[in-house]
Amino acid sequence: MDMLTVTIDGNKVQVPAGSTILDAAHAAGVDIPTLCYLKDTNVVGVCRVCVVEVEGAKSLQAACVAPASDGMVVRTNTPAVREARRTVLELIISNHPYECLTCERSGNCELQALADRFNIREIEYEGEKHKFPVDSSSPSIVRDPNKCILCRRCVSVCQDTQSVCALAPNDRGFDTMVGPAFADDLMEAVCTMCGQCVLACPVGALTESDATEYVWAALADPTKHVVVQTAPAVRASIGEELGMPAGSRVTGQMVAALRRLGFDKVFDTDFTADLTIMEEGYELLERLKAGGVLPLITSCSPGWIKFIEHFFPDLLPHVSTCKSPQQMFGALAKTYYAEKAGIDPKDIYVVSIMPCTAKKFEAKRPEMTSSGYPDIDAVLTTRELGRMIREAGIDFPSLPAEDYDDPLGMSTGAAVIFGASGGVMEAALRTVYEVVTDSELENIDFEDVRGIEGCKEAQVDINGTVVNVAVTNGLKNARQLLERISKGDADYHFVEIMACPGGCIGGGGQPIPTDRETRLKRISAIYEEDRNMPLRKSHLNPQVQELYKEFLGEPLGEKSHELLHTHYVPRSRV
Amino acid sequence: MACETCTCIGEITDEQREKVREIIDYYEGKSGVLIQVLHEAQQVVGYLPREIQVMIAEGLDIPLSEVYSVVTFYALFSLKPKGRNVISVCKGTACYVKGVDAIMEKLGEDLGVKGEDTTDDGRFSVEIVRCMGACGLGPVVRVNEDIYARVKSDQIKVILDKYE
Repeated sequence: MDMLTVTIDGNKVQVPAGSTILDAAHAAGVDIPTLCYLKDTNVVGVCRVCVVEVEGAKSLQAACVAPASDGMVVRTNTPAVREARRTVLELIISNHPYECLTCERSGNCELQALADRFNIREIEYEGEKHKFPVDSSSPSIVRDPNKCILCRRCVSVCQDTQSVCALAPNDRGFDTMVGPAFADDLMEAVCTMCGQCVLACPVGALTESDATEYVWAALADPTKHVVVQTAPAVRASIGEELGMPAGSRVTGQMVAALRRLGFDKVFDTDFTADLTIMEEGYELLERLKAGGVLPLITSCSPGWIKFIEHFFPDLLPHVSTCKSPQQMFGALAKTYYAEKAGIDPKDIYVVSIMPCTAKKFEAKRPEMTSSGYPDIDAVLTTRELGRMIREAGIDFPSLPAEDYDDPLGMSTGAAVIFGASGGVMEAALRTVYEVVTDSELENIDFEDVRGIEGCKEAQVDINGTVVNVAVTNGLKNARQLLERISKGDADYHFVEIMACPGGCIGGGGQPIPTDRETRLKRISAIYEEDRNMPLRKSHLNPQVQELYKEFLGEPLGEKSHELLHTHYVPRSRV
Repeated sequence: MACETCTCIGEITDEQREKVREIIDYYEGKSGVLIQVLHEAQQVVGYLPREIQVMIAEGLDIPLSEVYSVVTFYALFSLKPKGRNVISVCKGTACYVKGVDAIMEKLGEDLGVKGEDTTDDGRFSVEIVRCMGACGLGPVVRVNEDIYARVKSDQIKVILDKYE
């Protein structure tokens, strides 16, 4: 590869041809500030915070988009550069609310951090300020366009990574507002509630709809029996949210922290992930046997579900009728568990801890009430749980590890890998193989379906039948796969789709920042967790076996259909 | 929403819908045609209301957010029907220096509009243009085809009264 020699602040570095000045500075160990730049996603050079002096150039150059060239001499810290950066920041701040004290992103805001780094202590520009209405129509995401700095990171993620295109810049100049067409609410738009925009936002213009106050209230209510479930991916990220390194495995500490917050029972979504494998595995077998609609597509990811409802309603018969593990848990907590514990289901308050903003929307879907009560009462993201643990003054890293409660706390390694792209597929294959062949699967690690690549494929020989599977993550990749299925170009039996890049470990409710590196570390944590579990196949979960024996009968039985399965609604494409 | 007290401006007729449909059909499947389609549709309907933008988004398989983003970016496109009379105010350098801001302010006051807009009764639309090539006559205002030179704020009412 051709290498370029670039001088950054007097130091020569070698970078591959095609690098930008920002890349070269990175190689030289110089941290050029950025705001609109989002690696591999939004490279547009609009905010001008990254300007640098280039010898021979007439004006300052935006380092994030300016290509490096051989022999280039760059200075990143001159009076002119500092002055320009400060002016840019002051102008942005002059039309930004001074609400840092009450802003959700305070302490984790890129604009606030840069204002501090550039020692900005007063704003001399007193200009007009935006007064847009705040959009809190969605149970998942709050949009406050007054805080928006027009960096367009959310637009790039929504359009290019997710191909959803709910957000775009509207109007021009000072009047520009990023949002849905016709200034519609997110609930009226084609938004999937995936929350990738929330992860991309450098400021507090896009945040989750905070449910912590409802949960605090339930915990303080002596008439409520408050149970909590934790999604697979949260144990690989809540430590990070609380200041530990990315990829810290903190399952036991998380359980301990939840008990200290006052939850009456600490259960695990992994239990119903194992259950999902039983139901979905049998659904696959039934479709294979009876010549049903194939490929069968997974239904765990509510952002993905809303996506197919909007954009490919014709393909809805492909989607598994299984509720997501979150909703299965709620339905069982208010029936099976209520019965077993002798508690009136109306007094049970079910909280989910999810890596996801779309789960908040899913919990509010009107059909999710099969016990006669809402399956789920409140959904918290990983970030919101972090907030509650901090507020309670719990010293998270030094907590002793504790175990989940029975009976909805028992799980296998097959369930924990639901948190990473490919995990549902791998878990299903581990079980389907053994159920069909009635013999033990020797190598249970399906490496082909793991990782953050957009589309992964594998073939598995089950008793002489070759089963073709595909796994995809990120909605643009999902769209491409669906277009192939639509045209009849995809000969798969079983497909796993997750709305977020990397799967749930990269979900819209996860710690900010969530980038490629943090995703990879969280994925490693998930598979390490799996390796350390005594049981690694869903059908071997003794509590799931007992649930079928005592309550459900058999997979796809009448009771399962009533409590654990659901239906979907076609939605508008515009 | 049906109005009982006035004749609604900008109601779309089936004939207009049909024509827009033909435009979309003509361009469907070609790339980079959005602006052209919007332009031709606006020529048919007079403006680009939501219904027409949705038709175009669905017909060309383009996200509605993109259609709306383009419509609101370009001054050429209008979300509101044009009034019966179009007032073009020159904001070129010469007219600007000669005080066209005061004219805009007065128009806003008299018509109850802010910047480029259409009055609720559909009588007038105000639009801003950049230089009509008559810089010596600034500030210049054009109403339909009539040019008014060296306009002063206190003449506005007399000028507007000429148009129904």
